[in-house]
Amino acid sequence: MKRFLLALLLFTLPALPAWAGVDPALVKQLTAEDSDAKIAAIQKLGASGDRDALKVLKALANDTLMATPDGRVFLMPEDKAFDAVTGAEIDPVPTEYDAITINNRIRSELDNAIAGLRLLNPDRTVRLAAARELQSGIGIELAPILDKALARETDGEIKHLLRFALDQAHLASPDAAVRLAAVQALGHDASPTTRGLLLPLTDPANETDATVRQAATASVKAIESRLAIGETLGQIFTGLSLGSILLLAALGLAITYGVMGVINMAHGELLMVGAYAAYSMQGLFRSHLPAYADWYVVAAIPVSFMAAALVGMALERTVIRWLYGRPLETLLATWGLSLILIQAARVLFGAQNVEVGNPSWMTGGVEVMAGLVLPWNRIVIIGFTLFVLALVWVLMQKTRLGLFVRAVTQNRPMAGCVGVPTGRIDTLAFGLGAGIAGLGGLALSQVANVGPDMGQGYIVDSFMVVVLGGVGQLAGTVWAALGLGVLTKFLEGWTGAVIAKIVVLVIIIVFIQKRPQGLFALKGRFVEN
Amino acid sequence: MRTPVTLRFLTALPRSGWVALALFAAITLVLLPVLHVYVPHDNPLHVSNYAITLGGKIMCYAIVAVAMDLIWGYAGILSLGHGVFFALGGYAFGMYLMRQIGTDGSYHSTLPDFMVFLDWKALPWYWSGSDSFLWALFLVLAVPALLAAIFGFFAFRSRIKGVYFSIITQALTYAAMLFFFRNETGFGGNNGFTDFRRLLGYDITSPEMRAVLFALSALMLMLTLLLGRWMMTSKFGRVLTAIRDAESRVMFIGYNPLHYKLFIWTLSAMLCAVAGALYVPQVGIINPSEMSTANSIEIAIWTAVGGRATLIGPVIGAVLVNLSKSYFTLAFPDYWLFFLGALFVMVTLWLPEGVVGLWKRIRNRGRA
Repeated sequence: MKRFLLALLLFTLPALPAWAGVDPALVKQLTAEDSDAKIAAIQKLGASGDRDALKVLKALANDTLMATPDGRVFLMPEDKAFDAVTGAEIDPVPTEYDAITINNRIRSELDNAIAGLRLLNPDRTVRLAAARELQSGIGIELAPILDKALARETDGEIKHLLRFALDQAHLASPDAAVRLAAVQALGHDASPTTRGLLLPLTDPANETDATVRQAATASVKAIESRLAIGETLGQIFTGLSLGSILLLAALGLAITYGVMGVINMAHGELLMVGAYAAYSMQGLFRSHLPAYADWYVVAAIPVSFMAAALVGMALERTVIRWLYGRPLETLLATWGLSLILIQAARVLFGAQNVEVGNPSWMTGGVEVMAGLVLPWNRIVIIGFTLFVLALVWVLMQKTRLGLFVRAVTQNRPMAGCVGVPTGRIDTLAFGLGAGIAGLGGLALSQVANVGPDMGQGYIVDSFMVVVLGGVGQLAGTVWAALGLGVLTKFLEGWTGAVIAKIVVLVIIIVFIQKRPQGLFALKGRFVEN
Repeated sequence: MRTPVTLRFLTALPRSGWVALALFAAITLVLLPVLHVYVPHDNPLHVSNYAITLGGKIMCYAIVAVAMDLIWGYAGILSLGHGVFFALGGYAFGMYLMRQIGTDGSYHSTLPDFMVFLDWKALPWYWSGSDSFLWALFLVLAVPALLAAIFGFFAFRSRIKGVYFSIITQALTYAAMLFFFRNETGFGGNNGFTDFRRLLGYDITSPEMRAVLFALSALMLMLTLLLGRWMMTSKFGRVLTAIRDAESRVMFIGYNPLHYKLFIWTLSAMLCAVAGALYVPQVGIINPSEMSTANSIEIAIWTAVGGRATLIGPVIGAVLVNLSKSYFTLAFPDYWLFFLGALFVMVTLWLPEGVVGLWKRIRNRGRA
């Protein structure tokens, strides 16, 4: 933006209107050897609010402000020279000259001064950009120009930014009353930078006035509490988004475990299948439908579901079906299947992680409050999870298939006796569970790495969710997944990821001691074995 | 009538069993070590470094497989987290080996290299006494036993079993792996312990030391087999198999399965730990990847390939799987996981009793 504006400026420079004149003394001071003198001149030029001063400063920033040994200062945008004071073209161009050099300290002052001057530009986008630049390192010397700009400004957003910059400038005001007002005004903000600005004012060494100190302390406290709320909300949000991925992983597992009483150790690999399906769709869209590349995610929903469901049904038909009544062996066999799937993914797609990009409408985020930005991809995933949840609920409660699945979950022999085709129901339920895992993989591909062993970590977590929630309980699974997600995120913020994992594990073991049937136990009596 | 212990012990194995055991002892305790140490390198009878280390390693795995058989084959408890006990034993002994390096490390400090690297000034409290061999042996047995006992007590008390128990053990080893991956834990982070120099003051890479470790592994394997055989032919073993087949019924008769399960579970963990302690000086490294879930679940497949509830089966299984692993990972590294995965599936589908069961079936068919 800045570079663009400079280019624009260079372009318009030769067609300059009449030059109103810049204070010659200040222009002269720009050639001083001493940095402090240069800065003082820059600040004064900035505070003048003069449009020509802006051009001089921009030329300085752009290394096109030249000085001759005899102290003449002129702008040289291209091969023509213009006097800095009068704006008149100098012809012929002086033979001996040098660009006025600036160091980093001067440059930052210069940037602020230029931004301050740009605040008076009639173009709203220029003003907005300038106001955005003026959000840090604002000294009292900018107060007059900010005041002037604020008085003229009509746009709400720019006004808000300017007010913040002005308050910041006022913090360094020699007048205690002005400082007090600024400190109080800044107390309504909620960013760590403001907190950093106000902190020095709570110290008697920097601030002599007691009332300002008090106000600063109060403001810092207010900001801190707002920051804490923002942080907590942020943690709850990431916890929910982790929980919704856990939920997608666990829903499928809950169905297969409920119906068949076997843990499918390859369940995590079904996530992986879903994620690679999304990757393939992305590739397909990029090469064949580049115009709709952003919508590959939508197209991937059915594809991920079907890919994982087909793999799942194939596993059920070929292996798991033959292991009924031997749950421990099923663990081993499905682990073997997961190894085969992982290696197959390595052979097909390479051992490295593949890149799955967020579509543009899922990048960025919404700022709910200062310091709390909710990324779109996570919001979409939470919404997507709700959608899948609703779908599963309808499927399980309102369709014939769901009725059969529930019947087999509760009592397999009896369901068989009254004519439920248990064998086919097993396959379909397995396909459904696998498909949901595939959808989980699609969601995961939007927030995490996609690689051959991405699913490995999920089997234990999803099983924990199923155990916590109680077998065959949709509501239990939902609460357990979201609860575990939020709990994990909170513990992570507090103890670090590894300890959090261990603590969660211990909590679950203790929990099973108390309630072996999970949170939502089916009512009734069960005989073991 | 009570049978004297010695007599019970002798009758635990049939005569052919004792003969086989004596033969095995002669080969592993005398023949192979002698061939390794005293036969010159160019002699075709010389047993190479590679072979003796591989042999020792596989015998350690076999001990673990037998330990797994004790709980899975006989008590019906499938642990997917036995790697944690194996690694804990290895780490406990590794601490001693690290201290034996002395000041020969790359930083010439009395502290292990990784601690110097982390800028630690003194050994953490749990390293105290780690320079004593006896204390190391104690730790090898005590730490895994304690973990197993606490974990087992809570799990068995609330009658967690079947897949629940399996998955929780898997979570246990996963959590332990994460814990050991941390540098702050004080066990070398993801590099673990390596670069061992000495054991009891002797060079750890000398042929004599290798031969001794090999023989010790073989001895330990034989002892484990004998102990297993003795226990499983005793009343204790009968109760254990009864618990495996009908736990509720055993409880109704008046036994408390908790004690039986807890004992065999803790014993199994300790056997794993001893195997781990023998394994570490032979391969010269221990790191947290030993606790990965994949490693632990592989132990189960050794046992399953050989045949559960047979004691000798797991030994055969461990040897078969690990020899093929050594072969495959060299010859076709890309296909090893396919092979292993297929092995898991095929053994559970078609060989529920393992190769020992297959052998029995073939022999019985021949007789009929």
